[in-house]
Amino acid sequence: MDLDTKPLVVNFGPHHPSTHGVFRMRVILDGEVVVDLEPIFGYLHRGIEKLAEGRTYTQNIPFTDRMEYRVSMVNNFAYVLAVEKLAGIEVTERVEYLRVMFAELMRISSHLTAVGFLMQEMGAMGTPLLYMYREREKLLDLTDMVCGQRLTHNYMRIGGLSHDIPPEFLPAAKRFVREMPGFIDEYDQLLKDNEIVLARTKGVGILPVDMAINNSCSGPMLRASGVPWDIRKADPYSVYDRFDFDIPIGTVGDVYDRYRVRIEEMRQSVRILEQVLDQIPPGEVCAKAPNLLRPPKGEAYAHIEAGTGELGYYLVSDGSIAPYRFRVRSPELLNLAVLREISIGWKVGDLVVILGSIDINLGEVDR
Amino acid sequence: MALTLQHLFRKNITTQYPEKRLQPSRRIRGQQFVWRVDLCTGCATCAKSCPHGIIQITTSKNGENRYIVDKIEFDTGRCMFCGLCVEACPFNALYMGRSYEQARYSHRLLWADKEILMAPQDEVSAYGHPELEERLPKQTLLVYGQFSQEMVATEND
Repeated sequence: MDLDTKPLVVNFGPHHPSTHGVFRMRVILDGEVVVDLEPIFGYLHRGIEKLAEGRTYTQNIPFTDRMEYRVSMVNNFAYVLAVEKLAGIEVTERVEYLRVMFAELMRISSHLTAVGFLMQEMGAMGTPLLYMYREREKLLDLTDMVCGQRLTHNYMRIGGLSHDIPPEFLPAAKRFVREMPGFIDEYDQLLKDNEIVLARTKGVGILPVDMAINNSCSGPMLRASGVPWDIRKADPYSVYDRFDFDIPIGTVGDVYDRYRVRIEEMRQSVRILEQVLDQIPPGEVCAKAPNLLRPPKGEAYAHIEAGTGELGYYLVSDGSIAPYRFRVRSPELLNLAVLREISIGWKVGDLVVILGSIDINLGEVDR
Repeated sequence: MALTLQHLFRKNITTQYPEKRLQPSRRIRGQQFVWRVDLCTGCATCAKSCPHGIIQITTSKNGENRYIVDKIEFDTGRCMFCGLCVEACPFNALYMGRSYEQARYSHRLLWADKEILMAPQDEVSAYGHPELEERLPKQTLLVYGQFSQEMVATEND
C-alpha cells in the first residue's frame, strides 16, 4: 500500500521552554525535517520606544534595563553614551574605566548564559547550566554590591554613574578575574571534545559569510562565520582603544563555531578586565548633568558591542526634556532574522539547538 | 570524572532560607520607603523624577513661609524600585528600605501612606546615601562569603 504523506504545520512556542521566553515559530515539517519556518514574535512587546518619548532622559534609564534583562548594564551603557553624544557631556576617566569594566563583566555573564542554555537545549538538562550559573552568581553579587539589585541594575547615569564602587568591590572582582580562566578551562574540559556536543553542533546550522553580512548579523553570530568585526575595534567607544585584546573568529559558521567564539570571547574579556582593574584611576563618578536635561536639537546614534552583537541607540531631540524619537537597534532581532534560512533542512531537534546558538532574549527582540 | 568528584565534596553555597538569612547588599533597593518628615520641604522633586508617576504629594502653606506635606503616597505595587526618587531628593529626606519580604494579599495593601512611610519597620538602605554605608552590616556574597580583612589584603597584592 502506498502511504500518502503531507506536510505538517507545528506551532513551536510561544510557551515552549526552549524558546527563551515567548517566541513562536510556525514550522512546516515533512516528517521530522523542517521545510519552512515562520518566526512570530511580539508577545513581549511593551512599547518601550513609545513609552520613552513621554519621559525625561533620566527616567528612560530604568526602561533600558528591561530590554536585555540578563545583562542590563550594557543597555544602560549604550543609552547613556547616546545621550552624552547628543548633549555633548564629558565624563571622567574613572567613569569610563568603570563602565568598560562592567560592560566586560556583563559580556562574560551573557556568554555564560548563552553557552549554558545551548547545552541545555542539547539535552544536558541542568548540569552544564548550573556550572555556568555558579560563575554568573558571582557577577550578580558584584552588581548587587554596587547598585543594590541583581537584575535591572539602573546603574549608569547621564554623565556618570549613580554610585561609586564600594571598597570591598575591587578585591571580589580581582578574585573573580583571577579564578575565571580556570573555570573556562573547566568548561572546555567538560564540553569541548564531548562526543554528544560535537555530534549535535558540528556542521549544524551553517551561516555563510555573505548571508550573515546581508542580514546585518553582528556579534558572535557574524564572527563565527569568519568576519573579524567587533565594534570595540572597528569604532572604539569609551576607552576601548587603550586595551589589548583579540577578536576570536570561527571558520565555518556552524553552531560549534558560535559556541567556541563565545568561550574564546570570555577569555578575551578576562584579559581586558585584568588590564582595567589595574588601571582604574581615582576621581569623581557622580554626574553633574542636570536632572531635567534639555539636549540641543539634533540626533545621535551610539553603538556598543554587547554580548550578542551591535547594540545601538538612536535618539532625536527637539530641545525638550523628553526624546522626540527613541530607537533601539537590537542585535538579537537582526540575528534572529536569519533563523529561517539556517534552519531549513534540519530536523526539529537541531532547530532547537540552532535557535539556542543565536542567543536571543525576548525582552530585547520585542522591546 | 575527577572534576565531578571535586565538585561533589565542595562546601554548600546555599542556605536554609527561613531559618538562616544572608545579609543583603548595603545598597539594596528594598520595598519599604522611608520618609523623613523633618527634612522634607514638599518640593515634589521625587514625584517629578518617578518614571511611572506613582508618588502623590499634596502640600499646604502655613504661616511661616514653609510648606506642610498633607499627603504623601507611594503606590508600591506599581513601583519598579529604580531608586531615581531617592537620588533626586535634594534634602535627603527619602530613603529606600532594606526589607525584601513584603508580599501582600491585596494590591491596596501595597499603598504606602504617610503613617507607613514615617514609621519604618526596618532599617534604611544606603542607596543614594553613602554616608550610611559604614553602619550597615556587610553583604554576604553567595559564593565567596564574607570578605575578611585578610582576603582583601591578599587580593590587593
